[in-house]
Amino acid sequence: MLRIPCPCCGERDEAEFRYGGEVPGSIPQTDVGDEAWADYLFARDNPKGLVHERWCHSHGCGQWFHVVRDTVTHRIHAVYGVGEPRPVVDCSNESQADGGR
Amino acid sequence: MRGYSFPALVGRALRGHRGWPRAWRSAEPERTYDVIVIGAGGHGLATAYYLAKNHGITNVAVLEKGWLGGGNTGRNTQVTRSNYFWPQSAAFFERSLKLYESLSRELNFNVMLSQRGILTLAHSHHEMEALRRWANAIRINGIDSEVMTPAEIAKLVPLLNLDARFPVHGGFIQRRGGISRHDAVAWGYARAANALGVSIVQQCEVTGFDIADGRVAGVTTSRGSIAAEKVCICVAGHTSVLAAKAGFRVPITSMALQAMVSEPIKPCLDTVVLSPAIHAYVSQSDRGELVLGGGADGYNSYAQRGGIPLLEENLAALIELFPAFSRLRLMRQWAGIVDITPDTTPIMGATPVKNLYVSGGWGTGGYKAIPAGGETMAHTVAHDAPHPLIADFGLERFETGALIDEGAASGVAH
Ligand SMILES: Cc1cc2nc3c(=O)[nH]c(=O)nc-3n(C[C@H](O)[C@H](O)[C@H](O)COP(=O)(O)OP(=O)(O)OC[C@H]3O[C@@H](n4cnc5c(N)ncnc54)[C@H](O)[C@@H]3O)c2cc1C
Ligand SMILES: [Zn+2]
Repeated sequence: MLRIPCPCCGERDEAEFRYGGEVPGSIPQTDVGDEAWADYLFARDNPKGLVHERWCHSHGCGQWFHVVRDTVTHRIHAVYGVGEPRPVVDCSNESQADGGR
Repeated sequence: MRGYSFPALVGRALRGHRGWPRAWRSAEPERTYDVIVIGAGGHGLATAYYLAKNHGITNVAVLEKGWLGGGNTGRNTQVTRSNYFWPQSAAFFERSLKLYESLSRELNFNVMLSQRGILTLAHSHHEMEALRRWANAIRINGIDSEVMTPAEIAKLVPLLNLDARFPVHGGFIQRRGGISRHDAVAWGYARAANALGVSIVQQCEVTGFDIADGRVAGVTTSRGSIAAEKVCICVAGHTSVLAAKAGFRVPITSMALQAMVSEPIKPCLDTVVLSPAIHAYVSQSDRGELVLGGGADGYNSYAQRGGIPLLEENLAALIELFPAFSRLRLMRQWAGIVDITPDTTPIMGATPVKNLYVSGGWGTGGYKAIPAGGETMAHTVAHDAPHPLIADFGLERFETGALIDEGAASGVAH
C-alpha cells in the first residue's frame, strides 16, 4: 500500500488517488516531424529508480500534483505542485542495488 | 540428447529414477557469438531454438541474469488462447496456439496443454453486445468462438453465481483455449535449443552494449564483454532499462502484475473463467489449486511484488462470482514486472541501432505468444527483415499511427 502525501490533505492511502503516469517532456512544436511527436506521445523513460509522476487525489480534494517515487522501493522522495520546478532529489537512491530482479 | 518416452520413463522408474541426465548444460560465456539473445524467458529461449532449428544459426548464446524461466514466464497464470479482435493479432496468436497444439511433440517435452476452454463473461446488456461483436470478429478471422447464454454457462460452470452484484448476462467461449504448463515451456525450449548447440548462460547480466557507427557489436555483462553479430533483447519488464543502455526510448511502462493460488481442492472447475468488467480470472491447476489473477497494479513498478489494494479488489470480485471459494486459504501470492504498451500489442523487430532487435511489450499476455514469438523473431533476426506475421508490430507504428489497439478492442489480455 502506498501512502501518498497530498499537498492539500496530507498522507492518504493509495486507493484515494488516481495515477497519471510519468511526467512527459514539454510539448513539441507542430512542425518537428513524426519522430519527435511519437517520442512525446508514446515513448517513456520508465526508469528503474526515481520517477517523476502525476497523481490526482480524486477521492479527496481533486487536485493533481507531482510525486518523485522510487519504482523499486516505492519510497516517495518529494512532492511538488503542477507548474513548480522539479525538486533536486538526493540520487544516492537505494534501488541502484537492483532490489527487484 | 536422450529422448523422453514412455519406455524411458518406465526404465528409469524401475531403477528408482536414478541417472536421469541433465536436460541442458549450463554454459560458460565464450568471447564471441553469431547471435546473443538477452533474457532466458520463454521468448528468448524460443527465439534461440528457432534460430538454430529453422535458420541453422547455432552459434547462439542466451544470456540470463538470474535463472532460466525465473521471470514472467515462470510467474504467469498460463492462459493460452487466440481470441483476439484485430486481424493482425488474430493471425499471430492463432499461429501460436497452433504451435502449442503440437509443441509437446516438437520439443519432446510434455507442456501439458489442456484445451479446457476459456469463457469470457459479460455483466450488462451493453457489455454483452460488445462481446457478441468481438466473438463474431473472431469467427470472421477463422478462429473458434461461441456465444453462450446464462443457462448454458450455468451448466458449464455450476459454481458460478449468475446473480452476482453485476449479474452474468452471457459470455463467449473459445473451446480450443485453455492452459498449459509454464515451466515446461521454458524447460522444453531450453533443452531443445541446447541440443541444437545453443549455449544458455545463467547468472550473466547484460549491463551495456558495444555500439559503433550506430551498429551493435556486442554486449558488456557481469561476466565480461562478449562480441556478437546480432543481439536480440527479450527481457519483458526490463525492456526500457536495456533500451536506455542502447540509447533509445520505447513506448513501454513497467508495472507489477500479481497472481495467487489457493490451497488444493478436488476438481470443481474445468474451464478458465475470465471477467473483463470486474477484472478477475480463475482456473484450476492439475494439482487442484485455484489459480487466480486480475489486472496490474496501477502505477510504474520494478518491485516484483504486488500491492495489497489490488489483491483485495481481485479477491472481492472473485468470491462474488464464486461464493464457494470464499473459505479457501491462499497458499502463495507473487508478482512479475510486465511491459505494457499503449495499444497492448507487442513491440517486435528492428530498433534504431543496426543489428539490435527487440521482442517486448508482451505485457500481461505474452505467455501464449511464446512459440510464435520465437518463430517470427528468429526469422526477423536471421533475415534482418520482419516476418510477415509481425510486420505491423514494429516500433514504426507509433510514428505512422497504425496502432493495433487490442486493449480497446478485446480488453483484458492474459
Ligand atoms: C502474474 C502474471 C500472470 C500472467 N498471466 C498470463 C497468462 O495467463 N497468459 C499469458 O499469455 N501471459 C500471461 N502473463 C504474461 C507473460 O508471463 C509474459 O508476457 C511472458 O512470460 C513474457 O515472456 P518473456 O520471455 O518476454 O519474459 P520473461 O519470462 O520475464 O523473461 C525475461 C528474462 O530476462 C531476464 N533479464 C532481464 N534483464 C536482463 C539483463 N540485463 N541481462 C540478462 N537477463 C535479463 C530476466 O531475468 C528474465 O528471466 C502473465 C504475467 C504475470 C506476471
Ligand atoms: Zn488532497
